Amino acid sequence: MPVTTSGSRSILICSGKGGVGKTTLTANLGIALARQGMRTAVLDADFGLRNLDLLLGLENRIVYTAQEVLSGNCRLDQALVKHKQEPNLALLPAGNPRMLEWLKPEDMQTIVGMLREHFDVVLIDCPAGIEDGFKNAAGAAEEAIVITTPEVSAVRDADRVIGLLNTRGIQPIQLVLNRVRPKMMANQEMLGVDDVTDILALPLLGLVLEDEQVIVSTNRGEPLTLNGSGSPAAQAYNNIARRVCGEDVPLLDPAKVRRGLRAKIGRLMHTKIF
Amino acid sequence: MTLRDFVNKLLGRQPASATTAKQRLQLVLAHDRSDLNPELLEQMRREIFEVVSRYVEIDLEEGDVSLETEDRVTALVANLPIRRTKPLPEAEPDPVWSASQA
Repeated sequence: MPVTTSGSRSILICSGKGGVGKTTLTANLGIALARQGMRTAVLDADFGLRNLDLLLGLENRIVYTAQEVLSGNCRLDQALVKHKQEPNLALLPAGNPRMLEWLKPEDMQTIVGMLREHFDVVLIDCPAGIEDGFKNAAGAAEEAIVITTPEVSAVRDADRVIGLLNTRGIQPIQLVLNRVRPKMMANQEMLGVDDVTDILALPLLGLVLEDEQVIVSTNRGEPLTLNGSGSPAAQAYNNIARRVCGEDVPLLDPAKVRRGLRAKIGRLMHTKIF
Repeated sequence: MTLRDFVNKLLGRQPASATTAKQRLQLVLAHDRSDLNPELLEQMRREIFEVVSRYVEIDLEEGDVSLETEDRVTALVANLPIRRTKPLPEAEPDPVWSASQA
C-alpha cells in the first residue's frame, strides 16, 4: 500500500518516553533540512496531543488537517501549511483527537505516500508510548531516529521502542542523545555517551547539549535552526541534518566542551582501570 | 571500573551514580528484552539446578542463573560453583545407554 517514491525518504522520530525532545527535534531538523535545499514535510502523528504546529509557530495558519485529507474533504496542498520564512518546509497538521478511534496503519501509509510524492523527506513526529499511535506512525516509516536523554527511564523506554522497530524491519535506526550535560557526565553523575550507545547498540546520529535557548525558541515558535543561531543545540541540530543528508560531520565530544584543570581531572577519573 | 569508582571504593563512598545507573539498566533490560516472567525464570532456575545436581554437587547458596545482555543479545548465564563431582549414577541407568551397551 505505501507509495514508494524513489529517492524520497520517510523518517520516524520516536522515543517511547514523553518529553525527551521528539517534537523539538522534528521542528529543528525539519527547518535545517529545508535550509539545505531539501523539500521537507513534517507530519504531526501525535493526534492526541499535537504540538508540532506550536513549535513551528504555525498554529494560527491551520485550516485543514490530515483528517480532511483522508476523508477526501480537501486536497493535500490545501491542508499543508507552508513555512513563510522557509518555503521548503511544510507541515501537515494532526487532526482531531477523535481520529484515534478510527485511524488505521493503512491511513497513515496513505498520507505518508501522498507526501512522499511531493517531498524529498517526510519527518513523522511520533506520539509517546508504544500503543496504537506509535504503531500507526511506525507502519508508515522506512527509517527511524530514536531520541533519548541520559536517564534510566528514557533509555529503558527507548530500548522497548528499538525492539519494536527492529521487528518491523525499519532500517536504519539511529540515535540522538538529547540534554547532555558535559559537567555531570565528567563527574560520572550522568550516564555517559558510550554507556547509552553500548546499552542501546545503535549508531549515534547526534548529541544535543542541554541548552536554555531551546526553551526561548519554543516560547517564540521559532526553531533554533531557523535564524542561524550559534547556540550549542542549534549547532547540534544543524549537524544532525547534515548527517541525515549523508555528510560526514564529526561528533561532539562532551569531555572537550569543558576546559581547564577540573575538566582534565574529570577526564582522568574516567580512565577504565579494570 | 573507572578510576573514580576505584577512588570511591577506597574512601568507602558509593560508586558514581552513572555506574549504578548503567548496572541497573543492564539488568532491567535483560528482563525486558527476554520477556520472560519472573515465575518462569524461577522454574527454569530450579530445573537447571535439579539437572546439574544429578551429576555434580553444586553450591546452591552461591549458585545463580540470571539473564545478561550485551549488544541487544540476551543470554541466560548459569554460574554454578561445583563442590565435588558425584560418582557416576549407577543406581538409575539410562535405558538408552544400557541398551547400546548390551
